[in-house]
Amino acid sequence: MPTVSMTVNGKAASGDAEPRTLLVHFLRETLGLTGTHVGCDTSQCGACVVHVDGKSVKSCTMLAVQANGAEVTTIEGLANGELHPMQAAFREHHGLQCGFCTPGMVMSAIDLVRHNATPSESDIREWLEGNICRCTGYHNIVKAIQAGAQAMKG
Amino acid sequence: MAEDMIGASIRRTEDFRFLTGQGHYLDDINRPNQVHAYFLRSPHAHAKIRSIDTAAAQSAPGVVAVFTGADIAADKVGGLICGWVVTDRHGQPHKAPPHPPLAQDTVRYVGDHVAVVIAESVAQARDAAELIEVDYEMLPAVVDTAKALDPDTPQLHADAPGNLCFDWELGDKAAVDAAFAKAHHVTRLDLVNNRLIPNAMEPRAAIGEYDGGADSYTCYSTSQNPHLLRLILCAFVLGVPEHKMRVVAPDVGGGFGSKIFCYAEEVVCTWAAKKVKRPVKWTAERGESFLSDAHGRDHVTHAELAMDESGKFLALKVDTIAGMGAYLSTFATCVPTYLHATLLAGQYATPAIHANVKAVFTNTAPVDAYRGAGRPEATYLIERIVECAARELRIDPAELRRRNFIRPDQFPYQTPVALVYDTGDYEAALDEALKMADYAGFAARKAESTKHGKLRGIGLSAYIEACGIAPSAVVGSLGAGVGLWESGQIRFSPTGTVSIFTGSHSHGQSHETTFAQLISDALGVPMEKIDVVHGDTDRIPFGMGTYGSRSLAVGGSALMRAADKIIEKGKKIAAHLMEASVGDIEYSKGTFRVAGTDRTKSMAEVAFAAYVPHNYPADLEPGLDETAFYDPANFTYPAGVHIAEVEVDPDTGLVDIVNWVAVDDFGKVINPMVVEGQVHGGIAQGIGQALLENCVYDKESGQLVTGSYMDYCMPRADDLPSFKVGMTETPCTHNPIGAKGCGEAGAIAAPPALINAITDAIGIMHMEMPATPEKVWQAIRQTRPAAAAE
Repeated sequence: MPTVSMTVNGKAASGDAEPRTLLVHFLRETLGLTGTHVGCDTSQCGACVVHVDGKSVKSCTMLAVQANGAEVTTIEGLANGELHPMQAAFREHHGLQCGFCTPGMVMSAIDLVRHNATPSESDIREWLEGNICRCTGYHNIVKAIQAGAQAMKG
Repeated sequence: MAEDMIGASIRRTEDFRFLTGQGHYLDDINRPNQVHAYFLRSPHAHAKIRSIDTAAAQSAPGVVAVFTGADIAADKVGGLICGWVVTDRHGQPHKAPPHPPLAQDTVRYVGDHVAVVIAESVAQARDAAELIEVDYEMLPAVVDTAKALDPDTPQLHADAPGNLCFDWELGDKAAVDAAFAKAHHVTRLDLVNNRLIPNAMEPRAAIGEYDGGADSYTCYSTSQNPHLLRLILCAFVLGVPEHKMRVVAPDVGGGFGSKIFCYAEEVVCTWAAKKVKRPVKWTAERGESFLSDAHGRDHVTHAELAMDESGKFLALKVDTIAGMGAYLSTFATCVPTYLHATLLAGQYATPAIHANVKAVFTNTAPVDAYRGAGRPEATYLIERIVECAARELRIDPAELRRRNFIRPDQFPYQTPVALVYDTGDYEAALDEALKMADYAGFAARKAESTKHGKLRGIGLSAYIEACGIAPSAVVGSLGAGVGLWESGQIRFSPTGTVSIFTGSHSHGQSHETTFAQLISDALGVPMEKIDVVHGDTDRIPFGMGTYGSRSLAVGGSALMRAADKIIEKGKKIAAHLMEASVGDIEYSKGTFRVAGTDRTKSMAEVAFAAYVPHNYPADLEPGLDETAFYDPANFTYPAGVHIAEVEVDPDTGLVDIVNWVAVDDFGKVINPMVVEGQVHGGIAQGIGQALLENCVYDKESGQLVTGSYMDYCMPRADDLPSFKVGMTETPCTHNPIGAKGCGEAGAIAAPPALINAITDAIGIMHMEMPATPEKVWQAIRQTRPAAAAE
């Protein structure tokens, strides 16, 4: 079984992984980082979004071995003493209910802001095409991301 | 502090752990030495199992055990039950054919459970399952609800002739017939309430665990009601004493009804844990969720509405065929009956109503409660037929509704279909919604759209629901096998912090915030000193769980009763501490005062004295920990008006929702932010049903065609608009909070509003859901032969 090494949330991490092991399962099961969720098996729902080398990636579409040597950030790596501005905006604007899609939403939203610092409502709705939420109707997620983008500038 | 609690949009307590990836959803839990289950499911809609050969799977790498229906039968494991017995119109109980957790000799839908492989890893279990050889004898199948009763249709169960589960009726047929005989106008409508797949984002999961030393079980389950699951597991399926079973429902990622029920997987994992002497874990793949979560809706209906010259409703008659799927799920039978036909008065003073509901078996996944459960089906047919009537009579749809509303002075209002509405003001919500939607300005907006080649339409929906389910005596008389009260417990610690234990379960509803607000206000304890505990049968008093928008109205009311008991006891302690008589103690917002004096004791001081009773009356028990059970006196009746405005592109059939207004009366609101969030989510699911979602089984093969997110169209962010949410308030008259419930309203109100808007835009009477671009485009072509010829 190959050994996979990567930097996860700023710390060196390594473990054995079968060639077929998906990155999301390596994060959840080998590293115990269960904040990244699995909501489907067709790479549609986006609950598993993490950042790999600074880009949002569905960690269910990537093998763990493909992330060998990469810098990975998960939802657990965002808050640094206090909530990341995007996390804080989701709380302030009630952008989550059951919380299951939330890690993927937040990670995706942060990557959106890196691409587009002042996204409009339609920019946000379009960007979230790969993230499904069943609870919120997206109304408050959109508001949260707009506010989070504003806060990230500051 | 306390003054601002009720009605304040307090930010949520639960958010920190969810936002930082520190929630504990079921798949995040791993038990020492656990093994993994994988279910082999039927690839056929209907087949006899001639034989199953598990030898190769048994010896595959990592495999611990393989079990089939024969093992379940040998251990005398019971079948899954339906907990609500509907009595048909001939006085006979519904047909409830056996529903074994693993198929015995026949499979009846694609996804039915055939065998379970238990292995060291999920991958090994899945690999081994491929080595199981099942010899099937294919049988003809029926997946079409409308055809299930046809004479030449394949039969699912020997003990349910004609695929009929029950033939049930409600209302005075003679009165309805008499009203139709003298009607000035009758509007008729055939409609389908399309079958949906709930799709909570967290897939169902379970861990079964057995402790041989204590001879006791633990079942971790993604459940909306852990005690109910425990009761069913113990008393009906596994035959385990209830005190030897703990059910834990940790953070649950959405439910929408689909996690109310007792499913085969949690039964099998719990049973197998004892067999293999190790914890057994199962997490559904999304494909399994599509195949085996209980689906929703699936009604085929013919309705007729009789009116007089002025458009006053005289009578409504409804004939519905309701799909049950292949077996009865836990509460399947009450959905098309007592949660559907009883709501057919809607907001209107229709004097005579009769409904006939025939429930049928088909070779499809079981159907049960899904957000709204029966009430969306009722609202859809009422609000569609009222809309059609308005168009036929050329009366403005808002005006026709207004003419027929139950007036505020008619409450309490006895409907002709069993319910007594306690309170409401339907015209107030209509007026507010018309104002917010600028209904008066619609004609000008339509003209503007026409100039740009677009078709604009507007649609109303005036919905009602019966929530807070429900008075136990009432539901008991109607066939429910359980009472539907709720429990609440409030426990102070010596240092004045509070643990609230509730039988309600939060899987997105924000109880940790709302319930803490409620008790913070009642007992004057700061929010940060209150924790809300739910979802563990070893920690909370027996409770009935969360469904039917009941948590605040019933669960919250139980907590208020417990708070009353805390105050009552606190008064006795305070009286002693201040050497006054109990009758002289006044309580307000966390402070006990000797009436007419400035002598006070705080709640914290009283709690401390209760636990450190050094100076304490001999006739008073130490401790400050009170439990209450609350059985509601009636359902609650949230109601409101939603207005959808759409612009349809005639070239593509694409529907653009340009405005959405919701005005709801939920009675007393504790946290408006949370309530608005519930409304948004409900509307999204309602729009999903009306525009995007549809469960499709292939009529020949019985295969589930819409079995993934690539085939079943979930609402995405760019399918939906932002929503304008308004409120009116007539407090519920019979619970201590005045709350009615808000969880299902949007899903109930939205579908007819949207279909009314789309059909208004196109200029047709009806269109079946979902109104996909193709369907809309075809409808436009049919209304415009000239355009079709271009």
